[in-house]
Amino acid sequence: MEGSLSSVAVGLAAIGPGIGIGLVFAAYIQSTARQPESARMTQPFLWLGFALVEALVFFGIAFAFVFRGTSG
Amino acid sequence: MSGEVSVRAAEVPFPPEVEDFYPPSLIDGAGPWLTKITLLVGLSIVLIVFFFLFAYRKPKLVPGRMQWLAEAIYEFVRNRIAGDIIGPGGVRFAPYLATLFCFVLLNNLFGIIPGIQFSPMAHLAFPAALAVVSWVMFIYVGARKFGLAGYLKKSLVLPAPLFIQPLLIPIEFISTFLVRPFTLSVRLFANMFAGHMVLLVCALGGFVLLNAELVFLRPTSLVSWAVGIALTGLELLVAVLQAYIFTLLTASYVQGALAEGH
Repeated sequence: MEGSLSSVAVGLAAIGPGIGIGLVFAAYIQSTARQPESARMTQPFLWLGFALVEALVFFGIAFAFVFRGTSG
Repeated sequence: MSGEVSVRAAEVPFPPEVEDFYPPSLIDGAGPWLTKITLLVGLSIVLIVFFFLFAYRKPKLVPGRMQWLAEAIYEFVRNRIAGDIIGPGGVRFAPYLATLFCFVLLNNLFGIIPGIQFSPMAHLAFPAALAVVSWVMFIYVGARKFGLAGYLKKSLVLPAPLFIQPLLIPIEFISTFLVRPFTLSVRLFANMFAGHMVLLVCALGGFVLLNAELVFLRPTSLVSWAVGIALTGLELLVAVLQAYIFTLLTASYVQGALAEGH
């Protein structure tokens, strides 16, 4: 087998944000289903939560490149 | 035809490398100061300035197409971001937020415009500079309202029992003053970087598959290119979303600096 183990790390780093983003959007859908008129009000917080959760997977991608060459 | 393709494919370095993100200098001897990236950043500034100048050269009560677009962008940032997040007092931050939004959005869109297809935001330096501006701004705004000591006390010392404070204050300090600018810049950078990398993998991977030794594997290069085109559509969404999120988070940090108590 050839390749970089850091690509596996990206996959592992994607697990948490995957679940987290699912929870964020699930909560938003649930709240809009219960109270459709609140959709506009809660939308900024939807993207805010999405952005904060999503950051982790991009750290995984960035660090996968940063530490790629060190282990050989 | 196939000869030409194989020649091109032979030149294609398949696993895309970080070095692919460093285009050569446009003029010999200019070094990193005059590359495609700096040219694009300059172009984006010129485009934004002239767009808004021309859109508002002769403002009409019933706006024309350009004036409508400029007003829609500004109104979106002013009401949906500054107004909703910071509150009624947030309108005075609308010019900065709108500028930030337009600059980030246009630079992100450079990543998918055919012929350019490279976003300056895929280099950490540009988002980092923007994040530092936002970082200095929310600290300055907070310090001006509460005084520097008052602002630090408000943002670091939460209403909590005394014995937990030695733990809370460093955590609050790290999360507010260190992690915020870091995540703000790395989020935008990594989104653009990963997006460009994925498009590179699809485009270059198509050439590699076209050159595959197994003949029946060659048509799959079409699939690779089709996925690349589809992902370009996704990149459009990501470009707009990340510009929005960058502005939204800046607004939310300013709001946190201006808020009274907790």
